[in-house]
Amino acid sequence: MNWLLVIAGAVIGAPLRYLTDRAVQARHGGAFPWGTFTVNMIACSVLGGLAGAASSAVVPQWVQLFLGTGFCATLSTYSTFSYETLRLAETGAKLYAVANAVISVVAGLGGAFLGGAVVQLFL
Amino acid sequence: MTKVPASTLAVIAAGGAIGACARYGATLLWPTGATAFPWTTFAINITGSALLGVVLVLIIERATVHPLVRPFVGTGIIGGYTTFSTYAVDAQRLIGNGHALTALVYLTATLLTALAAVWAAAALTRAALGRKDHA
Repeated sequence: MNWLLVIAGAVIGAPLRYLTDRAVQARHGGAFPWGTFTVNMIACSVLGGLAGAASSAVVPQWVQLFLGTGFCATLSTYSTFSYETLRLAETGAKLYAVANAVISVVAGLGGAFLGGAVVQLFL
Repeated sequence: MTKVPASTLAVIAAGGAIGACARYGATLLWPTGATAFPWTTFAINITGSALLGVVLVLIIERATVHPLVRPFVGTGIIGGYTTFSTYAVDAQRLIGNGHALTALVYLTATLLTALAAVWAAAALTRAALGRKDHA
C-alpha cells in the first residue's frame, strides 16, 4: 500500500514537472532555467507546509507518502537542476550558473520555511 | 505552444514512478535520523546528477535514440529519483532542531558534489565516446 501511495504521487508529480517546465520556458524563453526553478520552489513550499503541519498536528502516514515522498519529491528535481547549471557554465553564462545555484538553494530553503509558516497560521 | 503527445506524458509518469520507488526504497534501506546528516538523500541526488550527465550527453550529443527515451529516462526516472524539495526540507528540519551548521554543510556539500558529479560524468562520457569515434 505504501508503495502505491508513492507511485500515485509520482505519476502526478513527474508529468506536472514536465508540463510546468514547458509552459514557463515558453513564456520566459532564455538562458535561465526558470521552469526547473519554478517546479522546485512550488515543491519546496508544499513540502515545507507538510512538514509544518506534521510538527503541530497529526498528519496521516498516507498523506506523507502520497504528497511528500510521491508528489513533492518527484515534482522537484536535483539532477536537472545540476545539469542545467552545468550547461549555463559550459555555454559561457558563468554568472547565470552561479546565480541559478545560489538562488535555487536559498529560495528553496526560504520556500520550505514560508510553506511551514503559512500552514502553522491555520493550525 | 505545441500539444504534448499523450505518449510523452505516459512515459514520464511511468519513469517518475520508477524513480520515486528507487528513492523511497533507498530511504527504507538506509533511514537517517532527524538530526543526522541526510546521507541517503545526499547519495540519491549525487548519483542521479551523475547519471543524468551520462544519459543526456549520450542522447543529445551522440546517439540517435527513440524520441521517448529522453522523457522516460531523463525526465521520468532520473528526474523523479532525485529531489530538490526533500533536500530543502531536510535542511529546514536540521535548522529547526538546532543543527544549523549541519544544515549549512549539507546544503553546500550537496550542491558542490552534485555539480562536480554531473560535470565529471559528462566529461568522462564525452571522453569515452571520443576515443571510440577515433578508433
